[in-house]
Amino acid sequence: MAEFSIDRFVDRYAARAAGMTASEVRALFAVASRPEVVSLAGGMPFVQALPDDEVADVARSVLAEQGDVALQYGGGQGSIGLRERLVMLMAEEDIEADAEDVVVTTGAQQALDLVGKLFIDPGDVIAVEAPAYVGALTAFGAYQPRFLPIEIDDDGMIVEQLEQALVRGERPTFVYTVPNFGNPAGVTMSAGRRRHLVALCREASIPIVEDNPYGLLRFEDEAEPCLRSLDPENVIYLGTVSKTFSPGVRVGWALAEQSVVQRLVLAKESADLCSSNLTMLITERWFSDDALWRGTLAGLVDAYRSRRDAMLDALEEHLDDEAVWTHPGGGFYVWVTVPNWLDTKALLAAAVERQVAYVPGTAFYPDGRGANQMRLAFCYPTEERIRDGVARLGSLIHDETDLYRSLGG
Amino acid sequence: MRIAIIAGGRTPERDVSLRGAHRIETALASLGHDTWTVDPAERKLVETLRERPADLCWLALHGKEGEDGTVQRLLDLEQIAYTGTRALECELTFDKVLAKDVLRRANVPTPDWVVIEGSALRDLGAGASLSTAVDRIGLPCVVKPSRSGSALGVAIVERAADLAGAVMAALSYSDAAIVEQRVSGTEIAAAAIGAPLELLPLVEIAPKDGVYDYGARYTAGATDYWAPARLEAATAAAASDASLRALDALGIGSIGRVDLIVDEATQPWVLEGNVSPGMTDTSLVPMAAAAAGLTLSQLCDRIIQASDTA
Repeated sequence: MAEFSIDRFVDRYAARAAGMTASEVRALFAVASRPEVVSLAGGMPFVQALPDDEVADVARSVLAEQGDVALQYGGGQGSIGLRERLVMLMAEEDIEADAEDVVVTTGAQQALDLVGKLFIDPGDVIAVEAPAYVGALTAFGAYQPRFLPIEIDDDGMIVEQLEQALVRGERPTFVYTVPNFGNPAGVTMSAGRRRHLVALCREASIPIVEDNPYGLLRFEDEAEPCLRSLDPENVIYLGTVSKTFSPGVRVGWALAEQSVVQRLVLAKESADLCSSNLTMLITERWFSDDALWRGTLAGLVDAYRSRRDAMLDALEEHLDDEAVWTHPGGGFYVWVTVPNWLDTKALLAAAVERQVAYVPGTAFYPDGRGANQMRLAFCYPTEERIRDGVARLGSLIHDETDLYRSLGG
Repeated sequence: MRIAIIAGGRTPERDVSLRGAHRIETALASLGHDTWTVDPAERKLVETLRERPADLCWLALHGKEGEDGTVQRLLDLEQIAYTGTRALECELTFDKVLAKDVLRRANVPTPDWVVIEGSALRDLGAGASLSTAVDRIGLPCVVKPSRSGSALGVAIVERAADLAGAVMAALSYSDAAIVEQRVSGTEIAAAAIGAPLELLPLVEIAPKDGVYDYGARYTAGATDYWAPARLEAATAAAASDASLRALDALGIGSIGRVDLIVDEATQPWVLEGNVSPGMTDTSLVPMAAAAAGLTLSQLCDRIIQASDTA
């Protein structure tokens, strides 16, 4: 008689690895990535819109002119040339910054991990939007915090709920928010809420981590002020070029006070020594050509706006009776709420069978909520595919409604 | 021998299938076979097999198309030999609605069950029958799709109020749901290979969270396994006997697996048969083979020989 040890290290893993398990939803996504399935699931940027020749020219010139640097290690903070470009990008959203206060990271995702590493001890309370970006929940989750979910509405995080939590005695280590066209809900925090949040957190000495991947993907209306520009001292700001240029270059950054920056650089160096000089130089050159990056970004925004419109029109046509959804003014995502008897996780298999996929809502909550919600991404499929996908989803939900009624619901 | 491994496909078990196929390909190559993998979701199966003919197709597909007789009928038509069970018996085994009846008629102990068809709910107003199902089967019960694998769409229902949701979830995977009596006890897998089928040592499954769901199956370390199972000799013999009778009744050939629960009174209950058991690094058949002293290559060799003569 022998006990079969499938994983000989199973008793050696840290407690933080406990949540890293196989899931049914991942299994379904393996099918959802098939070309015949309209995937409204993944938030993949529309990189086909990038001008291939110009990107190739930029990459070639980097290797031809700076090959020695591009193929070498770099500094942990990231090259000064790139940081200056990132400062310029932030100025587009009225953020004043000094390149010395910027740390380049491997995508903003690494910045999330480094912030978690610096700030979170096991059991610390982290306030997050509910729903929140799943990548932040997993990045912070590795440091074993307790999440304090703060609900959202069409004006973003309901700051009054955070205020009530503070009155109850909660003391979050920081507040994490995606205030512009958030992932997954697509909503934007109102100017009033921003001011309230900033004042509340300053008063309580709670830092804010502002994650702003989508701010420059604005389809209409004026921008609300960034939290960082409202209170530079108390806001750690995270940015990325994944949505304005390319996720493949893995260039993100954190902007913070010098004291935080110094620790972030040390944490970054212990994580991966430095970001890729090659892709940092490509990114720097890309954003040095004003007409090129602005023209490309304008094209991306136009494409995303049309796709958003296609999705909202299709939802109106196919789901009007059964669901409510957000109306994002930018970004990648629409957040759909269906009747509370419908379990979107259980429904995903049938959706994939009908060749449409989405992300079930529970992924975006730390506490199991969201069973009757789903995230739909309009960034990647064409307008026609979006219309087809939403139509398939609509017919599925109609059929489920019939089924539910037949079950006495 | 030229062996095409058919794996992947368009079901939620696609990844599991490809992971198993990779291991099988390595094992078959080590035996000196000319081996390659064909994913019907990537390339047209018949055309691909005509371009590069195989002496044998190793069927590593899971779920619909792979286990319901579809690919087997296609290979019958093309007159290409394949591993495992014939088409009709695949169809029978994969569909729990049919398989449960076959098991009962063969006097194989299987937990009591009722069937809820999606079309009956939609077209015949069978919703009112749900309460009858609870009365008949009792609580807790297990709700599962009639045609699916890897515990996908399976739910344990403790309260009558949760039954409708569980039935809807199961119907997301299949056109009918089984509502089955929940038997508590020790989960056992009985793997069998060869022609005629011979049982490998029984494997005992002890999921750490108590439920052998998708996560417990495919996360290394989430479940403890014991092979041979820690059963009294008489209990093990009864479980083996029930397994062999189930395999025989369902007509499973050359490789298969029966899933059982041995209850607290040491009575074995057959839950289902599998015509395309998983072959990943956390799968039960390779584990049972290892308990019998067989390497993965030796296991594969036995299956090929059985397929040749089947």
